[in-house]
Amino acid sequence: MALDQFLVQTVNGLVSGMILALVASGLTLIFGIMDVVNFAHGDLLMLGAFVGSGVFMSSGNFWAALISAVVVIAALGALLQVTTLRPLLGRDPLTTILATFGISLVLQNYALWQWGPSARKISEPITGQFQLLYLQYPVYRIAIALLSAAIIGGLWLFMKYGTYGIWIRATTQDRVMASAMGIPVPVVHAAVFAIGAGMAAASGVLFAPMVGVTQTIGLDFTLRAFVVVVVGGMGNLGGSILASIFVSLLEAYASLFVSPAQAVIVSFIVLVLTLLFRPTGLFVPTPK
Amino acid sequence: MLSLREVHAHYGKSHVLHGVTIDVGPREVVGLLGRNGVGKSTTLKTIMGLVRASDGSVTFEGRDLIGVATYRLPALGISYVPEDRRVFRLLTVLENLRTGLDRAGMTPERRQALLAKVYDYFPVLRERRHQAGGTLSGGEQQMLAIARAMVLEPKIILLDEPTEGLMPRMVGQIRQIIEILNKEGVAILLVEQNVPLTLAVSDRVYIMEKGAVRHQATAAALRADDAVIHQYLGV
Repeated sequence: MALDQFLVQTVNGLVSGMILALVASGLTLIFGIMDVVNFAHGDLLMLGAFVGSGVFMSSGNFWAALISAVVVIAALGALLQVTTLRPLLGRDPLTTILATFGISLVLQNYALWQWGPSARKISEPITGQFQLLYLQYPVYRIAIALLSAAIIGGLWLFMKYGTYGIWIRATTQDRVMASAMGIPVPVVHAAVFAIGAGMAAASGVLFAPMVGVTQTIGLDFTLRAFVVVVVGGMGNLGGSILASIFVSLLEAYASLFVSPAQAVIVSFIVLVLTLLFRPTGLFVPTPK
Repeated sequence: MLSLREVHAHYGKSHVLHGVTIDVGPREVVGLLGRNGVGKSTTLKTIMGLVRASDGSVTFEGRDLIGVATYRLPALGISYVPEDRRVFRLLTVLENLRTGLDRAGMTPERRQALLAKVYDYFPVLRERRHQAGGTLSGGEQQMLAIARAMVLEPKIILLDEPTEGLMPRMVGQIRQIIEILNKEGVAILLVEQNVPLTLAVSDRVYIMEKGAVRHQATAAALRADDAVIHQYLGV
Protein backbone atom coordinates (compact mmCIF):
# COMPACT_ATOMS: atom_id res chain seq x y z
CA MET A 1 0.00 0.00 0.00
CA ALA A 2 2.77 2.39 0.91
CA LEU A 3 4.43 1.80 -2.44
CA ASP A 4 1.11 2.33 -4.21
CA GLN A 5 0.68 5.66 -2.49
CA PHE A 6 4.20 6.61 -3.37
CA LEU A 7 3.61 5.84 -7.05
CA VAL A 8 0.32 7.74 -7.14
CA GLN A 9 1.99 10.73 -5.53
CA THR A 10 4.79 10.52 -8.09
CA VAL A 11 2.21 10.80 -10.88
CA ASN A 12 0.50 13.65 -9.04
CA GLY A 13 3.78 15.44 -8.55
CA LEU A 14 4.77 15.09 -12.19
CA VAL A 15 1.37 16.32 -13.37
CA SER A 16 1.34 19.44 -11.22
CA GLY A 17 5.03 19.90 -11.89
CA MET A 18 4.38 20.16 -15.63
CA ILE A 19 1.60 22.75 -15.19
CA LEU A 20 3.79 24.68 -12.80
CA ALA A 21 6.65 24.48 -15.31
CA LEU A 22 4.39 26.01 -17.94
CA VAL A 23 3.59 28.95 -15.67
CA ALA A 24 7.18 29.31 -14.51
CA SER A 25 8.81 29.16 -17.93
CA GLY A 26 6.91 32.26 -19.06
CA LEU A 27 7.95 34.03 -15.89
CA THR A 28 11.61 33.06 -16.15
CA LEU A 29 11.79 33.88 -19.86
CA ILE A 30 10.61 37.41 -19.14
CA PHE A 31 12.95 37.80 -16.19
CA GLY A 32 15.92 36.47 -18.14
CA ILE A 33 15.64 38.91 -20.97
CA MET A 34 14.37 42.07 -19.30
CA ASP A 35 15.26 41.63 -15.63
CA VAL A 36 11.59 42.24 -14.98
CA VAL A 37 9.93 40.31 -12.19
CA ASN A 38 6.44 40.14 -13.60
CA PHE A 39 4.02 40.32 -10.69
CA ALA A 40 1.12 40.39 -13.13
CA HIS A 41 1.93 36.92 -14.47
CA GLY A 42 -0.78 35.25 -12.41
CA ASP A 43 -3.29 37.84 -13.52
CA LEU A 44 -2.48 37.16 -17.16
CA LEU A 45 -3.10 33.49 -16.37
CA MET A 46 -6.42 34.39 -14.75
CA LEU A 47 -7.43 36.68 -17.60
CA GLY A 48 -6.54 33.91 -20.05
CA ALA A 49 -8.84 31.54 -18.18
CA PHE A 50 -11.68 34.09 -18.35
CA VAL A 51 -11.18 34.74 -22.04
CA GLY A 52 -11.08 30.97 -22.52
CA SER A 53 -14.31 30.48 -20.58
CA GLY A 54 -16.00 33.19 -22.64
CA VAL A 55 -15.03 31.51 -25.88
CA PHE A 56 -15.89 28.12 -24.46
CA MET A 57 -19.38 29.24 -23.44
CA SER A 58 -20.14 30.70 -26.86
CA SER A 59 -18.49 28.01 -28.99
CA GLY A 60 -18.50 24.96 -26.75
CA ASN A 61 -15.08 24.10 -28.11
CA PHE A 62 -12.26 23.74 -25.61
CA TRP A 63 -9.46 23.96 -28.19
CA ALA A 64 -10.92 27.15 -29.67
CA ALA A 65 -11.01 28.53 -26.13
CA LEU A 66 -7.40 27.58 -25.55
CA ILE A 67 -6.10 29.08 -28.78
CA SER A 68 -8.07 32.31 -28.57
CA ALA A 69 -7.03 32.84 -24.94
CA VAL A 70 -3.38 32.43 -25.90
CA VAL A 71 -3.65 34.83 -28.83
CA VAL A 72 -5.64 37.50 -26.94
CA ILE A 73 -3.42 37.42 -23.84
CA ALA A 74 -0.22 37.37 -25.90
CA ALA A 75 -1.40 40.52 -27.68
CA LEU A 76 -2.30 42.07 -24.33
CA GLY A 77 1.13 41.13 -23.01
CA ALA A 78 2.88 42.84 -25.91
CA LEU A 79 0.70 45.91 -25.40
CA LEU A 80 1.51 46.01 -21.68
CA GLN A 81 5.22 45.70 -22.36
CA VAL A 82 5.24 48.51 -24.89
CA THR A 83 3.12 50.89 -22.84
CA THR A 84 4.30 50.31 -19.28
CA LEU A 85 7.60 48.42 -19.19
CA ARG A 86 9.50 49.72 -22.18
CA PRO A 87 9.71 53.24 -20.75
CA LEU A 88 11.19 51.77 -17.54
CA LEU A 89 13.93 49.72 -19.22
CA GLY A 90 17.29 50.31 -17.60
CA ARG A 91 15.83 52.02 -14.55
CA ASP A 92 15.87 50.76 -10.99
CA PRO A 93 14.29 47.26 -10.89
CA LEU A 94 11.99 48.55 -8.16
CA THR A 95 10.13 50.65 -10.74
CA THR A 96 9.29 47.60 -12.83
CA ILE A 97 8.23 45.67 -9.74
CA LEU A 98 5.85 48.48 -8.85
CA ALA A 99 4.64 48.76 -12.43
CA THR A 100 3.84 45.06 -12.79
CA PHE A 101 2.27 45.07 -9.34
CA GLY A 102 0.09 47.96 -10.48
CA ILE A 103 -0.88 46.07 -13.63
CA SER A 104 -1.76 43.11 -11.44
CA LEU A 105 -4.16 45.18 -9.32
CA VAL A 106 -5.79 46.70 -12.39
CA LEU A 107 -6.26 43.33 -14.09
CA GLN A 108 -7.65 41.69 -10.95
CA ASN A 109 -10.20 44.39 -10.38
CA TYR A 110 -11.07 44.55 -14.04
CA ALA A 111 -11.85 40.84 -13.94
CA LEU A 112 -13.99 41.29 -10.85
CA TRP A 113 -15.88 44.15 -12.46
CA GLN A 114 -16.27 42.43 -15.81
CA TRP A 115 -17.08 38.88 -14.79
CA GLY A 116 -18.17 39.07 -11.15
CA PRO A 117 -17.06 36.92 -8.24
CA SER A 118 -18.79 33.66 -9.15
CA ALA A 119 -16.80 30.86 -10.72
CA ARG A 120 -17.14 30.04 -14.41
CA LYS A 121 -16.71 26.65 -15.83
CA ILE A 122 -14.79 25.21 -18.71
CA SER A 123 -15.42 21.49 -19.22
CA GLU A 124 -12.51 19.25 -19.91
CA PRO A 125 -12.20 18.20 -23.54
CA ILE A 126 -11.12 14.72 -22.51
CA THR A 127 -13.32 12.98 -19.97
CA GLY A 128 -12.96 9.58 -18.48
CA GLN A 129 -10.79 7.99 -15.88
CA PHE A 130 -8.40 5.12 -15.76
CA GLN A 131 -7.40 2.79 -13.02
CA LEU A 132 -4.20 3.94 -11.38
CA LEU A 133 -3.43 1.28 -8.79
CA TYR A 134 -6.07 1.79 -6.10
CA LEU A 135 -7.82 4.87 -7.46
CA GLN A 136 -9.65 6.20 -10.48
CA TYR A 137 -7.40 8.81 -12.09
CA PRO A 138 -8.81 11.44 -14.47
CA VAL A 139 -7.35 11.09 -17.96
CA TYR A 140 -7.49 14.87 -18.33
CA ARG A 141 -4.82 15.36 -15.68
CA ILE A 142 -2.42 13.26 -17.69
CA ALA A 143 -3.48 15.14 -20.83
CA ILE A 144 -2.66 18.52 -19.23
CA ALA A 145 0.76 17.29 -18.22
CA LEU A 146 1.44 16.06 -21.74
CA LEU A 147 0.12 19.26 -23.32
CA SER A 148 2.21 21.39 -20.99
CA ALA A 149 5.23 19.29 -21.84
CA ALA A 150 4.44 19.70 -25.54
CA ILE A 151 4.17 23.49 -25.23
CA ILE A 152 7.40 23.68 -23.25
CA GLY A 153 9.07 21.35 -25.76
CA GLY A 154 7.86 23.58 -28.59
CA LEU A 155 9.28 26.62 -26.81
CA TRP A 156 12.58 24.82 -26.33
CA LEU A 157 12.84 23.90 -30.01
CA PHE A 158 11.96 27.44 -30.99
CA MET A 159 14.59 28.86 -28.64
CA LYS A 160 17.20 26.35 -29.73
CA TYR A 161 16.88 26.36 -33.49
CA GLY A 162 14.71 29.26 -34.63
CA THR A 163 16.22 32.53 -35.75
CA TYR A 164 13.97 34.37 -33.33
CA GLY A 165 15.02 31.99 -30.60
CA ILE A 166 18.64 32.91 -31.26
CA TRP A 167 17.66 36.58 -31.20
CA ILE A 168 16.01 36.06 -27.83
CA ARG A 169 18.98 34.21 -26.36
CA ALA A 170 21.44 36.74 -27.74
CA THR A 171 19.39 39.61 -26.30
CA THR A 172 19.16 37.80 -22.96
CA GLN A 173 22.94 37.52 -22.77
CA ASP A 174 23.97 40.92 -24.06
CA ARG A 175 21.32 43.44 -24.96
CA VAL A 176 23.82 46.01 -26.21
CA MET A 177 25.76 43.66 -28.45
CA ALA A 178 22.51 42.18 -29.77
CA SER A 179 21.41 45.61 -30.93
CA ALA A 180 24.84 46.24 -32.46
CA MET A 181 24.23 43.09 -34.51
CA GLY A 182 21.03 44.57 -35.86
CA ILE A 183 18.62 42.61 -33.68
CA PRO A 184 15.58 44.82 -33.03
CA VAL A 185 15.80 44.57 -29.26
CA PRO A 186 12.58 46.50 -28.45
CA VAL A 187 10.61 44.14 -30.72
CA VAL A 188 12.28 41.12 -29.11
CA HIS A 189 11.30 42.40 -25.66
CA ALA A 190 7.67 42.86 -26.64
CA ALA A 191 7.63 39.45 -28.33
CA VAL A 192 9.08 37.71 -25.28
CA PHE A 193 6.52 39.35 -23.06
CA ALA A 194 3.83 38.19 -25.48
CA ILE A 195 5.17 34.61 -25.43
CA GLY A 196 5.32 34.61 -21.62
CA ALA A 197 1.78 36.01 -21.38
CA GLY A 198 0.51 33.50 -23.95
CA MET A 199 1.99 30.63 -21.96
CA ALA A 200 0.37 31.95 -18.79
CA ALA A 201 -2.98 32.09 -20.61
CA ALA A 202 -2.51 28.53 -21.87
CA SER A 203 -1.88 27.27 -18.36
CA GLY A 204 -4.95 29.17 -17.15
CA VAL A 205 -7.24 27.52 -19.67
CA LEU A 206 -5.68 24.07 -19.21
CA PHE A 207 -6.01 24.32 -15.47
CA ALA A 208 -9.53 25.81 -15.48
CA PRO A 209 -11.54 22.57 -15.86
CA MET A 210 -10.09 21.29 -12.60
CA VAL A 211 -10.95 24.25 -10.40
CA GLY A 212 -13.32 26.62 -12.21
CA VAL A 213 -12.41 30.14 -13.29
CA THR A 214 -12.25 32.78 -10.57
CA GLN A 215 -10.13 35.86 -9.91
CA THR A 216 -7.88 33.78 -7.69
CA ILE A 217 -7.19 30.91 -10.08
CA GLY A 218 -3.64 32.04 -10.68
CA LEU A 219 -2.73 32.82 -7.10
CA ASP A 220 -1.53 29.45 -5.95
CA PHE A 221 0.41 28.68 -9.08
CA THR A 222 2.12 32.02 -9.41
CA LEU A 223 3.34 32.01 -5.86
CA ARG A 224 4.89 28.61 -6.45
CA ALA A 225 6.10 29.74 -9.88
CA PHE A 226 8.10 32.50 -8.19
CA VAL A 227 9.55 29.91 -5.85
CA VAL A 228 10.68 27.59 -8.64
CA VAL A 229 12.05 30.46 -10.74
CA VAL A 230 14.33 31.35 -7.84
CA VAL A 231 15.14 27.74 -7.02
CA GLY A 232 15.86 26.97 -10.67
CA GLY A 233 18.08 30.00 -11.10
CA MET A 234 16.55 33.32 -12.14
CA GLY A 235 16.15 33.49 -15.90
CA ASN A 236 17.27 29.90 -16.47
CA LEU A 237 14.57 28.14 -18.49
CA GLY A 238 15.80 24.57 -18.04
CA GLY A 239 16.43 25.20 -14.35
CA SER A 240 12.88 26.45 -13.79
CA ILE A 241 11.41 23.40 -15.47
CA LEU A 242 13.50 20.99 -13.40
CA ALA A 243 12.76 22.98 -10.24
CA SER A 244 9.00 22.85 -10.99
CA ILE A 245 9.08 19.09 -11.17
CA PHE A 246 11.41 18.79 -8.19
CA VAL A 247 9.33 21.03 -5.94
CA SER A 248 6.03 19.48 -7.04
CA LEU A 249 7.32 15.98 -6.39
CA LEU A 250 8.54 17.00 -2.95
CA GLU A 251 5.14 18.52 -2.17
CA ALA A 252 3.38 15.42 -3.42
CA TYR A 253 5.53 13.17 -1.24
CA ALA A 254 5.16 15.47 1.73
CA SER A 255 1.38 15.19 1.46
CA LEU A 256 1.76 11.49 2.25
CA PHE A 257 2.65 12.55 5.75
CA VAL A 258 0.87 15.86 6.30
CA SER A 259 -2.24 17.44 4.83
CA PRO A 260 -1.84 18.80 1.26
CA ALA A 261 -2.32 22.34 2.59
CA GLN A 262 0.64 21.92 4.87
CA ALA A 263 2.68 20.23 2.16
CA VAL A 264 2.96 23.59 0.40
CA ILE A 265 5.37 24.57 3.15
CA VAL A 266 7.90 22.26 1.53
CA SER A 267 8.35 24.56 -1.45
CA PHE A 268 9.10 27.46 0.85
CA ILE A 269 11.57 25.41 2.84
CA VAL A 270 13.30 24.56 -0.45
CA LEU A 271 13.22 28.26 -1.34
CA VAL A 272 14.79 29.34 1.93
CA LEU A 273 17.46 26.65 1.79
CA THR A 274 18.28 27.57 -1.81
CA LEU A 275 18.63 31.23 -0.95
CA LEU A 276 20.81 30.37 2.03
CA PHE A 277 23.17 27.89 0.43
CA ARG A 278 23.00 28.35 -3.33
CA PRO A 279 21.41 31.71 -4.15
CA THR A 280 22.21 31.42 -7.87
CA GLY A 281 19.81 28.48 -8.10
CA LEU A 282 19.92 24.72 -7.70
CA PHE A 283 19.80 23.73 -11.33
CA VAL A 284 22.49 25.93 -12.80
CA PRO A 285 26.12 25.04 -13.38
CA THR A 286 28.39 26.23 -10.58
CA PRO A 287 29.54 29.73 -11.54
CA LYS A 288 33.27 29.91 -12.26
CA MET B 1 31.69 58.64 -45.43
CA LEU B 2 31.64 58.67 -41.61
CA SER B 3 32.07 62.06 -40.13
CA LEU B 4 32.05 63.35 -36.57
CA ARG B 5 31.94 67.09 -35.98
CA GLU B 6 32.64 68.61 -32.57
CA VAL B 7 31.06 65.67 -30.76
CA HIS B 8 30.58 66.03 -27.01
CA ALA B 9 29.47 63.25 -24.69
CA HIS B 10 28.96 62.70 -20.99
CA TYR B 11 28.95 59.72 -18.67
CA GLY B 12 26.56 60.92 -16.02
CA LYS B 13 28.11 64.19 -14.87
CA SER B 14 31.60 63.65 -16.22
CA HIS B 15 32.29 65.24 -19.57
CA VAL B 16 34.26 62.67 -21.58
CA LEU B 17 34.26 63.88 -25.18
CA HIS B 18 35.15 67.54 -25.68
CA GLY B 19 34.42 68.15 -29.33
CA VAL B 20 35.78 65.20 -31.31
CA THR B 21 36.11 65.72 -35.05
CA ILE B 22 36.98 62.70 -37.16
CA ASP B 23 36.47 61.69 -40.78
CA VAL B 24 36.69 58.27 -42.35
CA GLY B 25 36.50 58.07 -46.13
CA PRO B 26 35.31 55.08 -48.15
CA ARG B 27 37.81 52.18 -48.13
CA GLU B 28 40.03 54.05 -45.70
CA VAL B 29 41.70 52.61 -42.59
CA VAL B 30 41.84 55.26 -39.92
CA GLY B 31 43.67 54.73 -36.64
CA LEU B 32 42.64 56.34 -33.39
CA LEU B 33 45.49 56.39 -30.90
CA GLY B 34 45.74 57.71 -27.38
CA ARG B 35 46.43 56.68 -23.84
CA ASN B 36 43.90 54.85 -21.68
CA GLY B 37 40.80 56.80 -20.83
CA VAL B 38 41.14 59.61 -23.39
CA GLY B 39 37.77 58.77 -24.94
CA LYS B 40 38.69 56.51 -27.87
CA SER B 41 36.20 53.78 -27.01
CA THR B 42 33.61 56.37 -26.05
CA THR B 43 33.98 57.86 -29.51
CA LEU B 44 33.06 54.51 -31.06
CA LYS B 45 30.20 54.03 -28.61
CA THR B 46 28.87 57.45 -29.51
CA ILE B 47 28.88 56.55 -33.20
CA MET B 48 26.96 53.35 -32.32
CA GLY B 49 24.42 55.31 -30.31
CA LEU B 50 25.44 53.48 -27.13
CA VAL B 51 26.53 56.76 -25.58
CA ARG B 52 24.38 59.75 -26.40
CA ALA B 53 26.16 62.67 -28.04
CA SER B 54 25.19 65.79 -26.10
CA ASP B 55 26.39 68.12 -28.84
CA GLY B 56 27.89 68.01 -32.31
CA SER B 57 26.99 65.82 -35.24
CA VAL B 58 27.63 62.27 -36.39
CA THR B 59 26.77 61.51 -39.98
CA PHE B 60 27.22 58.46 -42.16
CA GLU B 61 26.97 58.91 -45.93
CA GLY B 62 25.27 62.21 -45.25
CA ARG B 63 22.72 60.74 -42.89
CA ASP B 64 22.45 62.01 -39.34
CA LEU B 65 23.09 59.15 -36.93
CA ILE B 66 22.28 60.89 -33.67
CA GLY B 67 19.04 59.48 -32.27
CA VAL B 68 19.06 56.53 -34.69
CA ALA B 69 18.52 53.30 -32.73
CA THR B 70 21.64 51.14 -32.48
CA TYR B 71 19.94 48.15 -34.08
CA ARG B 72 19.32 50.10 -37.28
CA LEU B 73 23.01 50.83 -37.86
CA PRO B 74 24.05 47.43 -39.29
CA ALA B 75 21.48 47.85 -42.06
CA LEU B 76 23.13 51.17 -42.94
CA GLY B 77 26.49 49.43 -43.22
CA ILE B 78 28.09 49.95 -39.81
CA SER B 79 29.51 47.05 -37.81
CA TYR B 80 31.01 47.20 -34.36
CA VAL B 81 33.59 45.00 -32.66
CA PRO B 82 33.69 46.16 -29.06
CA GLU B 83 36.70 46.31 -26.83
CA ASP B 84 35.87 43.33 -24.65
CA ARG B 85 34.74 41.32 -27.73
CA ARG B 86 31.39 40.54 -26.22
CA VAL B 87 30.75 37.28 -28.01
CA PHE B 88 27.49 35.69 -26.89
CA ARG B 89 29.08 33.28 -24.45
CA LEU B 90 26.23 30.75 -24.23
CA LEU B 91 25.57 30.75 -27.97
CA THR B 92 27.58 28.44 -30.19
CA VAL B 93 30.00 29.92 -32.71
CA LEU B 94 27.50 29.28 -35.49
CA GLU B 95 24.67 30.87 -33.48
CA ASN B 96 26.87 33.88 -32.81
CA LEU B 97 27.30 34.26 -36.55
CA ARG B 98 23.59 33.68 -37.13
CA THR B 99 22.77 36.78 -35.07
CA GLY B 100 24.15 38.69 -38.04
CA LEU B 101 23.34 36.25 -40.84
CA ASP B 102 19.64 35.65 -40.22
CA ARG B 103 18.41 39.03 -41.28
CA ALA B 104 15.72 40.29 -43.60
CA GLY B 105 16.50 40.08 -47.28
CA MET B 106 19.12 37.35 -46.92
CA THR B 107 18.94 34.58 -49.53
CA PRO B 108 20.08 31.07 -48.59
CA GLU B 109 22.82 31.18 -51.25
CA ARG B 110 24.26 34.46 -50.03
CA ARG B 111 24.05 33.29 -46.44
CA GLN B 112 25.96 30.14 -47.32
CA ALA B 113 28.57 32.10 -49.25
CA LEU B 114 29.11 34.52 -46.36
CA LEU B 115 29.45 31.71 -43.89
CA ALA B 116 31.94 29.93 -46.16
CA LYS B 117 33.88 33.17 -46.48
CA VAL B 118 34.32 33.78 -42.75
CA TYR B 119 35.11 30.10 -42.21
CA ASP B 120 37.83 30.41 -44.85
CA TYR B 121 39.30 33.43 -43.11
CA PHE B 122 39.03 31.82 -39.70
CA PRO B 123 39.22 28.04 -40.13
CA VAL B 124 39.26 27.59 -36.36
CA LEU B 125 35.69 28.94 -36.24
CA ARG B 126 34.55 26.23 -38.63
CA GLU B 127 36.19 23.62 -36.39
CA ARG B 128 34.51 25.02 -33.32
CA ARG B 129 31.20 25.99 -34.86
CA HIS B 130 29.15 23.94 -32.40
CA GLN B 131 31.14 25.05 -29.37
CA ALA B 132 29.82 27.75 -27.03
CA GLY B 133 31.40 31.16 -27.60
CA GLY B 134 32.43 31.38 -23.97
CA THR B 135 34.63 28.30 -24.27
CA LEU B 136 36.86 29.83 -26.95
CA SER B 137 40.29 31.28 -26.17
CA GLY B 138 40.74 35.06 -26.16
CA GLY B 139 42.17 35.09 -29.67
CA GLU B 140 39.41 32.85 -31.00
CA GLN B 141 36.80 35.07 -29.38
CA GLN B 142 38.36 38.05 -31.10
CA MET B 143 38.16 36.24 -34.43
CA LEU B 144 34.54 35.38 -33.74
CA ALA B 145 33.78 39.00 -32.87
CA ILE B 146 35.35 40.16 -36.14
CA ALA B 147 33.69 37.37 -38.15
CA ARG B 148 30.35 38.30 -36.60
CA ALA B 149 30.86 41.89 -37.70
CA MET B 150 31.87 40.74 -41.19
CA VAL B 151 28.73 38.72 -41.89
CA LEU B 152 26.77 41.98 -41.66
CA GLU B 153 28.57 42.96 -44.89
CA PRO B 154 29.42 46.39 -43.55
CA LYS B 155 30.80 49.41 -45.35
CA ILE B 156 32.71 50.32 -42.21
CA ILE B 157 33.83 48.36 -39.16
CA LEU B 158 34.48 50.10 -35.87
CA LEU B 159 37.23 48.01 -34.33
CA ASP B 160 37.95 48.63 -30.66
CA GLU B 161 41.36 47.37 -29.45
CA PRO B 162 41.29 44.09 -31.35
CA THR B 163 44.78 43.07 -30.20
CA GLU B 164 44.31 43.78 -26.50
CA GLY B 165 45.61 40.85 -24.47
CA LEU B 166 46.47 38.72 -27.48
CA MET B 167 49.63 36.72 -28.14
CA PRO B 168 52.00 38.23 -30.73
CA ARG B 169 51.12 35.52 -33.23
CA MET B 170 47.45 36.47 -32.98
CA VAL B 171 48.31 40.14 -33.40
CA GLY B 172 49.85 39.30 -36.75
CA GLN B 173 46.68 37.47 -37.73
CA ILE B 174 44.49 40.42 -36.75
CA ARG B 175 46.71 42.63 -38.87
CA GLN B 176 46.22 40.35 -41.85
CA ILE B 177 42.50 40.39 -41.40
CA ILE B 178 42.41 44.18 -41.29
CA GLU B 179 44.37 44.28 -44.53
CA ILE B 180 42.13 41.72 -46.21
CA LEU B 181 38.98 43.51 -45.12
CA ASN B 182 40.36 46.76 -46.44
CA LYS B 183 41.24 45.15 -49.79
CA GLU B 184 37.62 44.09 -50.03
CA GLY B 185 36.65 47.73 -49.75
CA VAL B 186 35.59 47.90 -46.11
CA ALA B 187 36.56 51.08 -44.29
CA ILE B 188 37.91 50.63 -40.77
CA LEU B 189 38.04 52.92 -37.79
CA LEU B 190 40.63 51.27 -35.58
CA VAL B 191 41.04 52.15 -31.93
CA GLU B 192 44.33 50.78 -30.64
CA GLN B 193 47.06 50.99 -28.03
CA ASN B 194 49.40 49.04 -30.27
CA VAL B 195 51.21 51.86 -32.10
CA PRO B 196 53.31 49.80 -34.56
CA LEU B 197 50.26 47.85 -35.71
CA THR B 198 48.18 50.99 -36.09
CA LEU B 199 50.87 52.78 -38.10
CA ALA B 200 51.35 49.70 -40.26
CA VAL B 201 47.73 49.19 -41.29
CA SER B 202 46.29 52.73 -41.24
CA ASP B 203 46.12 55.32 -43.96
CA ARG B 204 45.62 58.17 -41.51
CA VAL B 205 45.90 58.44 -37.75
CA TYR B 206 44.21 60.65 -35.18
CA ILE B 207 45.76 61.08 -31.76
CA MET B 208 43.39 61.80 -28.90
CA GLU B 209 44.08 63.36 -25.54
CA LYS B 210 41.62 64.35 -22.82
CA GLY B 211 38.52 63.74 -24.90
CA ALA B 212 39.60 65.58 -28.03
CA VAL B 213 41.68 65.00 -31.15
CA ARG B 214 45.06 66.73 -30.65
CA HIS B 215 46.83 65.67 -33.77
CA GLN B 216 46.21 64.08 -37.11
CA ALA B 217 48.61 62.92 -39.76
CA THR B 218 49.06 60.28 -42.40
CA ALA B 219 50.44 57.04 -41.05
CA ALA B 220 53.37 57.41 -43.46
CA ALA B 221 54.32 60.74 -41.91
CA LEU B 222 54.18 59.29 -38.40
CA ARG B 223 56.23 56.30 -39.45
CA ALA B 224 58.89 58.71 -40.72
CA ASP B 225 58.80 61.01 -37.71
CA ASP B 226 57.62 59.66 -34.38
CA ALA B 227 58.18 62.80 -32.29
CA VAL B 228 54.43 63.34 -32.03
CA ILE B 229 53.91 59.77 -30.91
CA HIS B 230 56.47 60.34 -28.17
CA GLN B 231 54.81 63.57 -27.18
CA TYR B 232 51.27 62.23 -26.82
CA LEU B 233 51.74 58.56 -26.07
CA GLY B 234 55.13 58.55 -24.35
CA VAL B 235 56.35 55.55 -26.30
